[in-house]
Amino acid sequence: MSRVLTEQSVEHVVLERGEVANTWKTERWDSLRLLTPNWLTRLPDLAYDGEDPDGFMTVGELVEFIERYAEHVDAPVQTNTTVTSVSRVADDEYLVETDAGSWRAGFVVLASGAFNRPHVPAVSAALPDAIDQVTPLDYKRPEQLRPGRVLVVGASATGLQLADELLRSGREVTIAVGEHVRMPRTYRGRDIMYWLDQIGRLDERYDEVDDLVRARHVPSPQLVGTPDREDLDLNALTARGATLVGRLGAVQDGKASFSGSLRNVCNLADLKLKRLLNTIDQWAGLEPGPCPEPTRVDDQPRVQIDLAAEGYETVLWATGFRSDYSWLHIPVTDRKGELRHDGGIVRQAPGLYRLGLNFLRRRKSSFIHGAEDDAREIAADLVAQLAAA
Amino acid sequence: MSTTEAAADNGVNVQALLDARNALTDAPEAAEFTWRATNEWLRGTHSRTTIQQYSGLGEDHEHKSTFRYEADHPEVFAAEDNAPTPVEFLLVGLSSCLTAGVAAVAQNRGIQLESVKATIEGDMNILGILGADPEVRNGFNNIRVNFEIEADADEDEIAALVAQSQKRSAVFDALTNPTNVTVTVN
Repeated sequence: MSRVLTEQSVEHVVLERGEVANTWKTERWDSLRLLTPNWLTRLPDLAYDGEDPDGFMTVGELVEFIERYAEHVDAPVQTNTTVTSVSRVADDEYLVETDAGSWRAGFVVLASGAFNRPHVPAVSAALPDAIDQVTPLDYKRPEQLRPGRVLVVGASATGLQLADELLRSGREVTIAVGEHVRMPRTYRGRDIMYWLDQIGRLDERYDEVDDLVRARHVPSPQLVGTPDREDLDLNALTARGATLVGRLGAVQDGKASFSGSLRNVCNLADLKLKRLLNTIDQWAGLEPGPCPEPTRVDDQPRVQIDLAAEGYETVLWATGFRSDYSWLHIPVTDRKGELRHDGGIVRQAPGLYRLGLNFLRRRKSSFIHGAEDDAREIAADLVAQLAAA
Repeated sequence: MSTTEAAADNGVNVQALLDARNALTDAPEAAEFTWRATNEWLRGTHSRTTIQQYSGLGEDHEHKSTFRYEADHPEVFAAEDNAPTPVEFLLVGLSSCLTAGVAAVAQNRGIQLESVKATIEGDMNILGILGADPEVRNGFNNIRVNFEIEADADEDEIAALVAQSQKRSAVFDALTNPTNVTVTVN
């Protein structure tokens, strides 16, 4: 956003609570790599130029990339400045208070991330004290957890990646599986992101999809970026010894109850994957390709587990993240605490914008390379408002 | 609209449902429904349930007529078998909910249904209800539903109808997920 504003000669400042790339430096687990290949890792005016375009950046490499970008575009970043409050003091003026002074501005762009707080379901309160509860923001590496069984709740990218490394560390892992999105890392020799990009899926716009609420809440695909480009799906994990159960429904007297819908959520994901691969085949003018093996589900998955009695020591909540708007003192959130916006433009508060949410303006909005188109369109709106003011 | 291709008509007013979804997103309190039934003992295990009124959209509603359903236990339970067993009503609820869902999803996806038939079975070990084995649960330990569907759609599209129907089914959810049940006596 800063780069695009600079191009348009709009005077601005970027407030950062820590250092550049702070969240990537402090709130990610050790083994994490980007889900998108390096050739897709680009920001306005700077693309990946290394020797491994098909590789996946580690967090350390991404931090370097972002630091290099900040210098490259000479962004006016004021680091170690935590925003404590954003309020609207006049129709055309916002007050931004920080722990290092306050700012008044006609325009404020919230680029504070979509993963501020791990979402932990209310049922967590009913877990016995003897069970450790860990979120992806606390989790760094397997050794941090006690050696006993682990219940991983959630089966999108985070849940499956962490379940995988816990299995490899020798722990017994059970995964509670709700709705999920299954994707192969590669299809017909190409990265799945290549195909999603080619068929236009990543560029689908927020004002064109049938069901925007649904599109904005689709779980992250079951992918991992590893040097050998391996698939990460439920079959891979059960082959490594994981047990699958349905969505966690309730905990009573230490007994966890799981939904009897496991087979259906797996079936839904398998059918959706097949449709995606068919779409790719049709786009490429190819005969239907090899069909992935259906997700293997036990005939009678367990619907109840007495956690402590069966040796579970940890529950890992991979149940999504929420944005934190605790500092936003403008009534622009809905009853679920999510910002009301129209493709990042907050209509109820002219001059207020948002960047970096799932499907903000396009399916790629939450990817690094998705920032550019969104930032350009939001900047265009901002500049038009500025000119009219 | 194409004149050569007739739109699917499964008798479901999908537009009304989509409109309701939009309207209720902005008025979530109107989305709160309460369903009611009254059950009276007749004799033995035989009882009669009456259904007439429910509430939702911020007001009370009456069904077009009063519906009555009797339930009993079968002769192998030393009862008179005047009517279906209560657990069989759960099968009624699940199969009719899934079938309704198939029709609604098919309508929404423009798929014309020719016939839909669901066969449903629930397995139960009665040592549970007899109190003979504390390890055995009272309720179903497994329910199987099989659909036979004829429609202008391919195999995967039909499988997707059935999968989506389960995803949106109230009774499927009620049977597969825990629900707090409070029973009081006046």
